[in-house]
Amino acid sequence: MSREAILERVRTALGRKPGDVPAPPPPVYLSQVRTTVEQRIDRFTAALEALAGRVIRCPSRDCARDAVNEIIAGKRVIASRASYLRECGIEPEWTECSRADVGITGADYALADTGTLVLLSGAEESRLVSLLPPKHVAVLPVSRLIDSLDELFVRVPLPADATSSMVFITGPSRTADIEQILVRGVHGPGDVTVVLVDD
Amino acid sequence: MSGAFVPVDRLRETIADQRLQGAIYTATGRLIEKRASVVSPEVLPDYQDLREQARCLKQHTLENLDYYLEQLEANVTAHGGHVVWCNSGEEVADFILGLARQRGASLIVKSKSMTTEEIDLNERLEEHQLQAVETDLGEYILQLAHERPYHIVAPALHKTRREVADLFADRLGVPHDEVIENQTLTARRVLREKFLAAGIGVTGANFLVADSGAVVVVENEGNARLTSSAPPIHIAIAGIEKLIPRAQDLPVFLKLLGRSATGQPLTVYTSFLSGPRRPGELDGPDEFHLVLLDNGRTKLLADAAKRESLFCIRCGACLNHCPVYRKIGGYNYPGTYSGPIGAIITPQYQGVLKHPWLPFASSLCGACAEVCPVKIDIPRLLLELRSEVVRGRSGVERLAFRAFAWLGTHPRAYTFVTAMAARLAPGGENGWLRSLPFFARFGVFEKWLSQRDIPAPARQSFRQYWRNRAKSGPAA
Repeated sequence: MSREAILERVRTALGRKPGDVPAPPPPVYLSQVRTTVEQRIDRFTAALEALAGRVIRCPSRDCARDAVNEIIAGKRVIASRASYLRECGIEPEWTECSRADVGITGADYALADTGTLVLLSGAEESRLVSLLPPKHVAVLPVSRLIDSLDELFVRVPLPADATSSMVFITGPSRTADIEQILVRGVHGPGDVTVVLVDD
Repeated sequence: MSGAFVPVDRLRETIADQRLQGAIYTATGRLIEKRASVVSPEVLPDYQDLREQARCLKQHTLENLDYYLEQLEANVTAHGGHVVWCNSGEEVADFILGLARQRGASLIVKSKSMTTEEIDLNERLEEHQLQAVETDLGEYILQLAHERPYHIVAPALHKTRREVADLFADRLGVPHDEVIENQTLTARRVLREKFLAAGIGVTGANFLVADSGAVVVVENEGNARLTSSAPPIHIAIAGIEKLIPRAQDLPVFLKLLGRSATGQPLTVYTSFLSGPRRPGELDGPDEFHLVLLDNGRTKLLADAAKRESLFCIRCGACLNHCPVYRKIGGYNYPGTYSGPIGAIITPQYQGVLKHPWLPFASSLCGACAEVCPVKIDIPRLLLELRSEVVRGRSGVERLAFRAFAWLGTHPRAYTFVTAMAARLAPGGENGWLRSLPFFARFGVFEKWLSQRDIPAPARQSFRQYWRNRAKSGPAA
């Protein structure tokens, strides 16, 4: 069987025996810096805007609802089942995901350093709502804005315990495969808007 | 392409093609600039530490690979996934064909994977009427053109918008359109239908995470997300060297990979996938299969001196910074992987004597080692391989060098031979011999010297000069 053959070759190559336990791996390197919410909002906004994403800051959930309603007016919409969307009163009529113009999601975290959204799929978030429609709108409270990738893996050391799919979204889908010319929206959304809500 | 000698004609062709030279130089130049802007000490003060950490992690994992492979397998299985171990590309194709037959799938969508290029997966599947459609824009263009990737991260680097317009018009029946935005939209439209119709999605993996039973896929377009999430079956194919121990090790590698490859602090999408859709999840594939491929990797693993070749995370930075790659491009390298990394792994996979010139196709300038995110000492490995080539050769070249060594240590013989040479091949062209005298134009001599000019022997040797000078007194 291939499994035994491969493992046998690996062990022979390394001079190891079945059941040999390795020395502990090198230590984990995760750095944490202390930043204020305002600093994180500024960094997140700057990073995402540099990638042609858009950030809308809202002082209240009502404001967030209005901002989203304005974006989706007259459009075909699909939304995830994020409870925060419901809490904001964002409950649009759904269409089929593959036909939607706009996909609305929450986000489990956002990373200030890189302008990244982190979505863990489950009963609230889906894999496809942030992916199939040409426009993605994510609504999240500023309390979910954390510093960096390092901090994320401190908070979520074992993502696989929580979900089959954790995805980082850093700006609109893009390609530069033809003559190194940047084009947005090749397979995923070409338009990413993040609504940051103050509570 | 194979053969014992440098593919001189093809090289000349590449170098004479001004358009291609411009394309390679511009594209790699842009990637060099972008990388430089995100690894400088001002923006990433711990860049050198990250490289060292990444290297240590890779070294540790590979030195205990059997342990981490078994841990990975246990965790994939615990999450409802299925692990398939394959010695070779043939076994991978057999597995996919069998699964497709069982599930009645006739269309496969694929995201970019150098590992599947390495095993000619598409060709193997097509032989059995199973269509595998590439969905990365660059790879899709190449599939339509029946060409291989020109570069690890920028596969269609050598194609112009005009060529793409011709190709799309010819193969897709769309109007000829040289606007790159429109070409991209055409690909989006055509491929979207494939994603939604496909029975199986095949991705590669940038990392395998042992403690999570997860595959990590890094990309910019979204096609890998679609491939892994839209069809009912997701198959990830990865070389066994892709392992890292823990999810918490990922930041180190993610910070390095995007920056080194395309100058992005993070690529647009990073997917951390562990198993099929779970109960309660809104969507995702019903089945997840992880193919662990050897295909020669254990051979590299067994060679402790060159084991670090397996540290590679396929960022392509060594290609962009290599003065040789930037001149000769991707297609003059034999095998799937081009550039400096190709020059060290292809000989190890295929045998050093298959393309004995390959480890010599480098100026040993060291730029590759300087930019490698996992600090692979490529120049040292090239030297190791060079010495293996020389030791492995029994033939004429070795004999010639031995004769040369003998001559060099026997003054009388040396004097005699150089005097003969001066008489037989006098003068040269501005002091250089561009070609050999007719009687030496044969076999290996001609090949060896066809790319080398040698200084013409002086009419008078130094010894002769000295003797004559002593007779006639010092010159005025």
